[in-house]
Amino acid sequence: MTTTPSTLPDGGPRTHYLNAAYGLKSWLLTRDHKRIALLYLVSVSVFFALGGFMAVLIRMELATPEGDFFQPDIYNRLFTMHGVLMIFFFLIPGIPAVLGNFLIPLMIGAKDLAFPRINLFSWYLYSIGGALTLWALLHGGVDTGWTFYTPLSTNYVSTSVLTVGVGIFIAGFSSILTGLNFVVTIHRMRAPGMTWFRLPLFVWGHYATSIIQILGTPVVAITILLIAAERVFHVGVFDPKIGGDPVLFQHLFWFYSHPAVYIMILPAMGVISELVATFSRKPIFGYKFVAFASIGIAVLGFLVWGHHMFVAGQSIYAGVIFSVLSMLVAVPSAIKVFNWTATLYKGSISWDTPMLYALGFIGLFTIGGLTGVMLATLGIDAHVHDTYFIIAHFHYIMVGGAIMGYLGGLHYWWPKITGRMYPVFWSKLSALVVFVGFNVTFFPQFILGYLGMPRRYHSYPPEFQVLNVMSSAGATVLGLGYLMPLIYFTWSMRYGPKAPANPWGATGLEWQTTSPPPVLNFETPPVVTTAPYTYPVAANAPEVRSV
Amino acid sequence: MSVSSHVQPLKTYFGIFGALMILTALTVGAAFINLGPANNFVALAIAVLKSTLVILYFMHVKGNTKLVPVIILSGVFFLFILFLLLAADYGTRGWLGVPGR
Repeated sequence: MTTTPSTLPDGGPRTHYLNAAYGLKSWLLTRDHKRIALLYLVSVSVFFALGGFMAVLIRMELATPEGDFFQPDIYNRLFTMHGVLMIFFFLIPGIPAVLGNFLIPLMIGAKDLAFPRINLFSWYLYSIGGALTLWALLHGGVDTGWTFYTPLSTNYVSTSVLTVGVGIFIAGFSSILTGLNFVVTIHRMRAPGMTWFRLPLFVWGHYATSIIQILGTPVVAITILLIAAERVFHVGVFDPKIGGDPVLFQHLFWFYSHPAVYIMILPAMGVISELVATFSRKPIFGYKFVAFASIGIAVLGFLVWGHHMFVAGQSIYAGVIFSVLSMLVAVPSAIKVFNWTATLYKGSISWDTPMLYALGFIGLFTIGGLTGVMLATLGIDAHVHDTYFIIAHFHYIMVGGAIMGYLGGLHYWWPKITGRMYPVFWSKLSALVVFVGFNVTFFPQFILGYLGMPRRYHSYPPEFQVLNVMSSAGATVLGLGYLMPLIYFTWSMRYGPKAPANPWGATGLEWQTTSPPPVLNFETPPVVTTAPYTYPVAANAPEVRSV
Repeated sequence: MSVSSHVQPLKTYFGIFGALMILTALTVGAAFINLGPANNFVALAIAVLKSTLVILYFMHVKGNTKLVPVIILSGVFFLFILFLLLAADYGTRGWLGVPGR
């Protein structure tokens, strides 16, 4: 196993991207994709903490049937800001902007992304959009739900809808530019020998994600502009009184926001492919199918938005079409799950922390996906629409899927990012606590929803209390599970043992360079001669993986 | 391909600018003529022609690698999907004779 030299042969300290320059200016004006990834890591963590704090308040309120802590209008603001911060400022940028930014150039053997300045500009746009949204939060907040449905967001608005709209509009451009940067980088900057079918599946996942970011995000930006045009110039777009149609808003909103779910989950799927291969010591079963399934999900994801509108006044015939199309997305998703499972078969599986998160992902994503097929069925959706069944379903995808993938990826690449290891026991415990806490929080919500408890109310009939208390208790455990990595990752940056270049014995170019990588990623430009995930089974000795 | 290979002579850009101005005047002129249902069609046709000129010449798609038009056409394709599935809703509303369906 190669180890990371902390010093050069002449005794001087090795220069890497973290110690190449010091001071605030060196960070705020950096064009290094690795440093920008860390800027994003800090930013998205702040928004995750804020969104999580609001979730804590929501679950506190729902511990009893009565409205104990908050008036209904404050409760409306709480769940709206929870959704807005988590979706637009944590989940959508999360994996692409942090892990994708850091890893794509390393994985394809490039020195940086294609447009380093635009990369930094993206972070500033994201920060400005986020700051504007937080400002709105302190000046009245928003009470429309994160979906901003008209006429609630137009005719009856009494809160900072437009300010938040502008914040999301600006952050949306950050997302578009990041996607553009990834597409150009993957097309133009691959190392010699790095053909399309030698790309790690993480890169394929991000390529598919970038397609959605580039093609879908402008639609939500245009929708926000149309709301502004209606409010300011009284152009009839969504208001029936002046010739508009409120359902049109839902069409335009979900044309972006449903594929946005795949912006969250596709990169996580890319992470899981890496983890499953590494910790099974096997190539991914059906590599090309998994790669094309990413593209398939990205494309099919644009055809299904109407399943959010089965009971919203949409034509029943359109409902039937959207129902069938929605079920089609299950095909590429299932290909991935089956292929990961087939990869595990007869693999030499190790239970390192990233793998625990990956296995958790596969189970939770499967539950989220299968309940998605249930919701694509018109009859079932009419019954559970706007109930806690929906809440449970999309949290299984977004939290059980995307966040498990994000945390699994962070644990996997943390040694590469920081050059330090984290405590094994505590990290394994955190994976377990997150998995248990998540299920205790959200599984009862499936039952609550099926029994008829509607979402977005601060009080509920007493017969729902037992399951709600269970959910709130689970949220406490889940919160603890999220706090643990925050603590030991922070600890490890100073006190963690030094990480070797390749602590997991993994394939992939990012593991061929030192930890942390040099400023230009590789001391000598890499040349690729083999397919990805070429794990020789004979070399599967435990000591290869031990740190 | 070099960066400058798709840059056109200046007179081409002025020519395109002139064509865009003429087409704008045509749009305004067409708005004063009652063509019935064809009004929208004419206005949209002129707009498509204008945007094609802008994309080909001012955005340097003409003369660029083939990947660039592929990316642009994929955007148009997804716009087509948006309109097609919107039509699936708006075109079939009221077929059942039940309000809201």
